[in-house]
Amino acid sequence: MFSRVSLKNIGSLLHRQYSSTTRVTLIPGDGIGPEIADSVKKIFSAAKVPIEWDTVNVNAQTGVSDEIIDSIRKNKVGLKGPLATPIGTGHQSLNLALRKTFNLYANVRPCVSIPGFKTRYDDVNTVVIRENTEGEYSGIENQPVKGVAQSIKIITKEASARVANYAFQYALANGRKKVTCVHKANIMKQSDGMFVKTCREVSTRYPSIQYEEMIVDNNCMQLVMSPSKLDVMVLPNLYGDIVSDLCAGLIGGLGLTPSGNIGENGTAIFEAVHGTAPDIAGKGLANPSALLLSGIMMLRHMGLTTHADNIEKAVLTTIAEGKATTKDLGGNAGTQAYTDAVCAKLLNQ
Amino acid sequence: LGYTSGSKSDKKKVTIIPGDGIGPEITSSVMGVFQAAKVPIEWELFDGKTISQDLIASISRNKVALKGPLYTELLTGAQSRNMEIRKALDLYAHVIPCKQMPGIQTRHSNTTVDFVVIRENTQGEYSGLEQTLVPGVVQSLKIVTKEASARIARYAFEYAKAHGRKKVTAIHKANIQKQTDGLFLETCKQVAKEYPEIAFDSMIIDNCCMQLVMNPQQFDVMVTPNLYGNLVTNVGAALIGGPGLAPGANVGERAAIFEMGAHHVAADIAGMDKANPTGLLLASSMMLRHLNLDAFADKVENAVKKTIDSGKFKTQDLGGTTSTKEFTRAIISEIESQQ
Ligand SMILES: Nc1ncnc2c1ncn2[C@@H]1O[C@H](COP(=O)(O)OP(=O)(O)OP(=O)(O)O)[C@@H](O)[C@H]1O
Ligand SMILES: Nc1ncnc2c1ncn2[C@@H]1O[C@H](COP(=O)(O)OP(=O)(O)OP(=O)(O)O)[C@@H](O)[C@H]1O
Ligand SMILES: [Mg+2]
Ligand SMILES: [Mg+2]
Repeated sequence: MFSRVSLKNIGSLLHRQYSSTTRVTLIPGDGIGPEIADSVKKIFSAAKVPIEWDTVNVNAQTGVSDEIIDSIRKNKVGLKGPLATPIGTGHQSLNLALRKTFNLYANVRPCVSIPGFKTRYDDVNTVVIRENTEGEYSGIENQPVKGVAQSIKIITKEASARVANYAFQYALANGRKKVTCVHKANIMKQSDGMFVKTCREVSTRYPSIQYEEMIVDNNCMQLVMSPSKLDVMVLPNLYGDIVSDLCAGLIGGLGLTPSGNIGENGTAIFEAVHGTAPDIAGKGLANPSALLLSGIMMLRHMGLTTHADNIEKAVLTTIAEGKATTKDLGGNAGTQAYTDAVCAKLLNQ
Repeated sequence: LGYTSGSKSDKKKVTIIPGDGIGPEITSSVMGVFQAAKVPIEWELFDGKTISQDLIASISRNKVALKGPLYTELLTGAQSRNMEIRKALDLYAHVIPCKQMPGIQTRHSNTTVDFVVIRENTQGEYSGLEQTLVPGVVQSLKIVTKEASARIARYAFEYAKAHGRKKVTAIHKANIQKQTDGLFLETCKQVAKEYPEIAFDSMIIDNCCMQLVMNPQQFDVMVTPNLYGNLVTNVGAALIGGPGLAPGANVGERAAIFEMGAHHVAADIAGMDKANPTGLLLASSMMLRHLNLDAFADKVENAVKKTIDSGKFKTQDLGGTTSTKEFTRAIISEIESQQ
């Protein structure tokens, strides 16, 4: 039953091979962050994962502190819970600040239908690879005259090539067949045009991977009608943001979608894409699955494949059985009961 | 849709642009159906290869047009002719109703999809202002004005009022684009105050796309900047069963152009007699209502719905093998059987 969905699809992000015990930076985060981070730690230790956590708190007070910078520079790998964005103008989101600090240029979001968790779609198996550093998120905006605002979207060949290369490498490493470049180059002929032309060029270096291009509106439509037509997608920043949330919606929301942010020199921070869920924080109700699946991506990235496979099997079985799932998945277990159920599966394996 | 057209003569003149790709096939489907239904209009035909003075003059004079999609080249070539027409006539509001049809089974049939997208049609990401700063670095300007935002917001609320809708949701990304989308959102908020009887809320575009595929029943009227409207509309068309189904209208003070809601040339099936003309037929029925030809509008709309409900005529996008022509003939026999 699970053969199709081994979330091997939630693939490896390449790069480093790790030996014996390695240190990993853990940022528990705000809101439900500490609860779900705690759950991940328990499950990892039940699975005897040979890593040591280097826990660093990051929040509105600390900002991107020297401590977090040092820790990530040293460990090169981090797992991160949700961070609250300070309200009010002038504040950049902390998530964005971390991405900038470590130059995390590619955001990778696999979306895979989870067997046993019923949604309208059971045929989703896609990966969104989003350019994470420029585009519509340049932050260059002004109002030259009152009532007229402009924002500048920047696309560079360098960043486009970097993320395109990553997309093809990812496809190769994870046995994926096709990369689709998603754009709006009929309207933004030069900026999205640069992105498309660069993806095209890069694609010629990967003859074993099929390459296609799709206009972003059509892409949204295709995903809602027949998601199985899409495999790996590579997109500029804003489209990546939108399309990855759309994909998450297909498989049942943010409770089950992991992500990874890839930087230069093999730095990588894995995170759940959902927010701090202030409405349920501290109540023991949060679903840790998204962070857990992000943790599994992280283990594959570190070459700890067997541990990743074991945990994944335990998580998927627990969700498919439906006896100990959290409220957001229609169950009535709390974070603790769910965590215990996954740990029990691991001890039985 | 906001204004009534003036002409009182027996046969109203309507400009028609078949357009590219599947355009000629689906517009000819509408022409055939109109002929069978004895709709009292006369077509003024333009191919739309270029947006000539004559074409714009024709639409300005007739105030109403029916149009197929016009293809825009990628990377190079001229700006979109679709945009050129919208700009020339200041058709600032794109209205796309996304409503489920009982005869069409989709993954979302177990919920209600019945919302209307009101998309700002003249500015935003479609400004066409782009340049290469240094080799390898390109910038593109997105322009949002308070005036255009207020105008589209007001249109959305007026539309909601006129159509008995309860809520308007502004779609934006003001957490990132604080100035442009921020201005759009702020302006929508201000305009909302003039309409206390209509509820107002807002949603970030990425969350909106997720909500659309999970809980589409929550949406009523959506008001959006240009690009987000394009995306939301395509999601909406997909939710109701496909790109061939949703109708649309581009509206301004001076004219209205009716076309498919999800606007694709469908080069992959062009000329193969495979296109689904439903969206354009429904748009043509919207057009007839706009011309105060309600009885004819009903005739066309009912025949389309009956044909779909019969379950016997499915074009390939709906998993069937019915051709565009067969589908059109079925609608025509439906109309003839009622006359
Ligand atoms: N891990 C989770 N487990 C259970 N419910 C969750 C989880 N994450 C989010 N939710 C629920 O999803 C909804 C959206 O919350 P989320 O925090 O993601 O968005 P948000 O309100 O925008 O927060 P933020 O500002 O931190 O991004 C809330 O009702 C929340 O309870
Ligand atoms: N009326 C229709 N009937 C059947 N299929 C349609 C119809 N309109 C669009 N499609 C299908 O929708 C898909 C998207 O259309 P298309 O390829 O034209 O979109 P695009 O990539 O946005 O390009 P463009 O709009 O510039 O042509 C195609 O597979 C097309 O066949
Ligand atoms: Mg997002
Ligand atoms: Mg299109």
